[in-house]
Amino acid sequence: MDNLVVRALRHVGHLVIDGVWRLGYASRFFLLVLLRSGPSFRRFPLTIREIYFAGVLSLIIILVSGLFVGMVLGLQGYDTLQRFGSEEAVGTLVALSLVRELGPVVAALLFASRAGSAMTAEIGLMKATEQITALDMMAIDPIARIVGPRFWGGVLSMPLLAALFSAMGVFGGYLITVVLLGVDAGAFWSQMQASVDLTEDVLNGVIKSIVFGVAVTAIALFEGYDAPPTAEGVSGATTRTVVTSSLAVLALDFVLTAIMFTGA
Amino acid sequence: MDRRVLDLWVGIFVAAGIAALFVLALQVSNASTFNTGESYRVIAEFDNIGGLRVRAPVKSAGVLVGRVEGIGFDNDKFVARVVLRLDRRYTFPKDTIASILTSGLLGEQYIGLDGGGDPENLADGERLKLTQSAVVLERLIGQFLYGRAAEGGAAGESK
Repeated sequence: MDNLVVRALRHVGHLVIDGVWRLGYASRFFLLVLLRSGPSFRRFPLTIREIYFAGVLSLIIILVSGLFVGMVLGLQGYDTLQRFGSEEAVGTLVALSLVRELGPVVAALLFASRAGSAMTAEIGLMKATEQITALDMMAIDPIARIVGPRFWGGVLSMPLLAALFSAMGVFGGYLITVVLLGVDAGAFWSQMQASVDLTEDVLNGVIKSIVFGVAVTAIALFEGYDAPPTAEGVSGATTRTVVTSSLAVLALDFVLTAIMFTGA
Repeated sequence: MDRRVLDLWVGIFVAAGIAALFVLALQVSNASTFNTGESYRVIAEFDNIGGLRVRAPVKSAGVLVGRVEGIGFDNDKFVARVVLRLDRRYTFPKDTIASILTSGLLGEQYIGLDGGGDPENLADGERLKLTQSAVVLERLIGQFLYGRAAEGGAAGESK
């Protein structure tokens, strides 16, 4: 009995120490990636290749989800607002919720599961097949050659994907409410323009998406780099990437919203 | 060969992303509706501004001519100081009346400007002399009830 308590305590202590250890290792890894990101810009084709894998290949899912999210927002917003006779305000509703919250957040969640998991699996497998060790043996810095371009590819892709998501969503909302449900097009756009502010809403949304891009890509790369070099280890790391980065995005979104939109 | 096709796709992706940002900036937000460059400021003092907020529209004859830039409290006169930023294209006479109005029954509050007959126009930094405060619904209801009570009392006495 006593032995069981001691073992449980030891297990908890091990988990805590291990977590703190990993956090420290992750911070050092992130700092190293930033410090050694020179080659990702000097040899920009490397980064372009990663923008292709992280950004271009995520386009379909981002565009289609953006369209459907905007259409659902339009339908739901119309249903509620028409009870108050102000269905023209649906443009404001769709645009504000997309630009401020849904665009950056949903695009980041999709990005984490579409591109983040792929990055983790790729780097984890590289490590498992000792390609990273081989690079090290050839005096090529794996962080500068492998991790850096992926990091910057992801960070550069994320704001563009979020902007495309929001624009697609606004278009979806327009399709449903104006074309299908017959809201006046002029009122739809003018009410939207009257209430969406360039710096306060659009720019803050872009800042959010950049922060999410950094968080998701850094987590994905670290999980891949830190994965145990086994098939099981890589699969566990991929799962952790999706879970951790989704949670990080939602938590960061709360913090950023609290800073950005509650001041005035 | 592979590299070229890939570059093309990345180019399309980046161009589409930047185009989406421009759509958000120009079509969705208010960047295109009001030019911040050429404007002048006018100060108006109100006894009560109700629910007026910064960035609320300033309209004259229903046309957007500017926006509310700042709202402050004058601790000497106990009135609200509202700074209006008006478009340089529109000029108003010195005796213009500024009133706080509501768009619709539950809509947002805005400032309406009614031009007077003064031959001179308002210049940058000048103060509007005639203002009309926001209608406070509670006071209106209070007045109405008070009026009804007085009426009822008068009717009772005359009987």
